[in-house]
Amino acid sequence: MLKNRIIPCLDVKNGRVVKGINFVDLKDAGDPVEQAKIYSDGGADEICFLDITASNENRDIIYDVVEKTSKKCFVPLTVGGGIRSVEDINKLLNCGADKVSINTAAVENSKVVIESSKKFGAQCIVVAIDAKKNGDKWEVFTHGGRNNSGIDALEYAKKMEKNGAGELLVTSMDRDGTQVGYDIDLMSKISSKVNIPVIASGGVGNLDHLVDGIKLGKASAVLAASIFHYGKHSVKEAKDYLDSKGIPVRI
Amino acid sequence: MKVTIVDYNSGNISSVINSFREVANDKVSIMVTSDLNKIKSSDKIVLPGQGSFKNCMDALNKIKGLPDTLNEFAITNKKPLLGICVGLQMFADIGYEETETKGLGWISGKVSKINNQNGKYKLPHIGWNEINIVKESKILQNIKNNSHMYFVHSYEFIPNDKNVISATTDYSSDIVCSIEKENIFGTQFHPEKSDKIGLNLIKNFLNLK
Repeated sequence: MLKNRIIPCLDVKNGRVVKGINFVDLKDAGDPVEQAKIYSDGGADEICFLDITASNENRDIIYDVVEKTSKKCFVPLTVGGGIRSVEDINKLLNCGADKVSINTAAVENSKVVIESSKKFGAQCIVVAIDAKKNGDKWEVFTHGGRNNSGIDALEYAKKMEKNGAGELLVTSMDRDGTQVGYDIDLMSKISSKVNIPVIASGGVGNLDHLVDGIKLGKASAVLAASIFHYGKHSVKEAKDYLDSKGIPVRI
Repeated sequence: MKVTIVDYNSGNISSVINSFREVANDKVSIMVTSDLNKIKSSDKIVLPGQGSFKNCMDALNKIKGLPDTLNEFAITNKKPLLGICVGLQMFADIGYEETETKGLGWISGKVSKINNQNGKYKLPHIGWNEINIVKESKILQNIKNNSHMYFVHSYEFIPNDKNVISATTDYSSDIVCSIEKENIFGTQFHPEKSDKIGLNLIKNFLNLK
C-alpha cells in the first residue's frame, strides 16, 4: 500500500535555514545540509528546500547547498524558489535535486511547465500554488506571496495538471505561519479536482493538523516546517502519531 | 571493478551517481559515460532512465552503436546490468507511453499505463510503497519482505514470463517492481532515493560476482 508522506520543509535564505511567520520576521536556525541530513536520518520521506527570497537576490548559493545535500541525503530532494526558466531547472537537477517546485514562473509563462515536463519528465515537476481566500474562492499569488494574480486556484490546479505537473504543492497563504492548521477546504477541493498527488502546506501547528490534512484534506503528502524545525516534534513522533490514527506511513 | 552508469541524456542521473559513489568501496570505480569502448570494458552497467519510455529509447538510439553495445554486454556476454525505472522498462519489447515505441527486447513483455481505476488511484504513483518479494533475488539479499522503496512512475512493465519477477508492489494491482533474469536486473523503484534499504540494494549489485 502506498504510504502518505511527511515532508519537512526548510526555508533557505542566503544558504541558511529560516522560517517566517506569514513570510516576514525571519529567524535564523541552521545549516540546511545538516538539517536535511538530520531529517532524512530521522525518517523524513522527502526533503523540501524553498529558497524564499531568491527572486530578488543572488541565488547561486542554493546550487552549492543542493549539491552538498544530495551527496548526504538519499531520499528525494525537492527545491523551489526563484525558478524562472527551463535552464534553471536543468541546473538544479544537475546539482542533485530530484524535483523542482515552480511557483511564479508557472503563472507567468505556462511554457516553463509544459517544456520542462516534456524534457525532464512530469515526475520532477512540482507546481507550487500559493492560494489566498477571497470570498468563496481562492486566488493564486506569486512572488513569495506578494502579488495577486487574480487567477482561480482550482481552475489553475487543473490547468497545471494538464500542462504536465507531476504533483501540486498547495500552500494556504492565510494559514502559513499561523500554526492553526491547513486550509482543509482548499486542500480537499483541489485534491478532488485533479488526479495527481497534492502536497498540503501552510499552517501546521500540531500533529492533529497533519492527520486532518490527509484524512479531510485528501492530501497524499503533508509538508511542515516550524513543528519539526524548532524541535516541537520529531518526524518519527509525527509518523507514530499518524500510524496510531490509522494513516499508512513508512515506519 | 569498473561500473559504468550509462549517460545517454535520459534526464537527471545525479542522484544515481551520488548513491553509487556513496556505496562503492576503494576497489570499485564508478564511471559515468556513453563512450562505447568504456562501456565494453566495464564489469557492470547501470542503465538509469527518467521521463517517458519514448524519450529514453529515442535518446538511447541517438547514440550510434549504443543499443548494440548494450546488447552485446547484457545478452551476448551476459555481464551484470541493472536498469532503474525507465531503465528497467526498456527491457521490454514495446512501450505505449506517448506512442508505440520499440524497446530493447531483452525480456519479452510490454510497458503500459497503470490502470488507475477511473481516477481512484492518483497517477503518477509517487511515494513510498512496500515491496512484496516473490522470489529470491541477488539484489534483494538482506532486504526484508515489505520493505519500503521510493516510486515515481505512471507506466508499468508487464513481462510475459512471470518467472522473471522478483518483487511486486500493490498500487491498483500488483505492479512488477523488481526483475531478475540471469545477469539482468531491474527495479521500477528508485534505490538511489530509497534511503538505507535502497543503498543496500545498490551494494548487493556492486557485490555481485
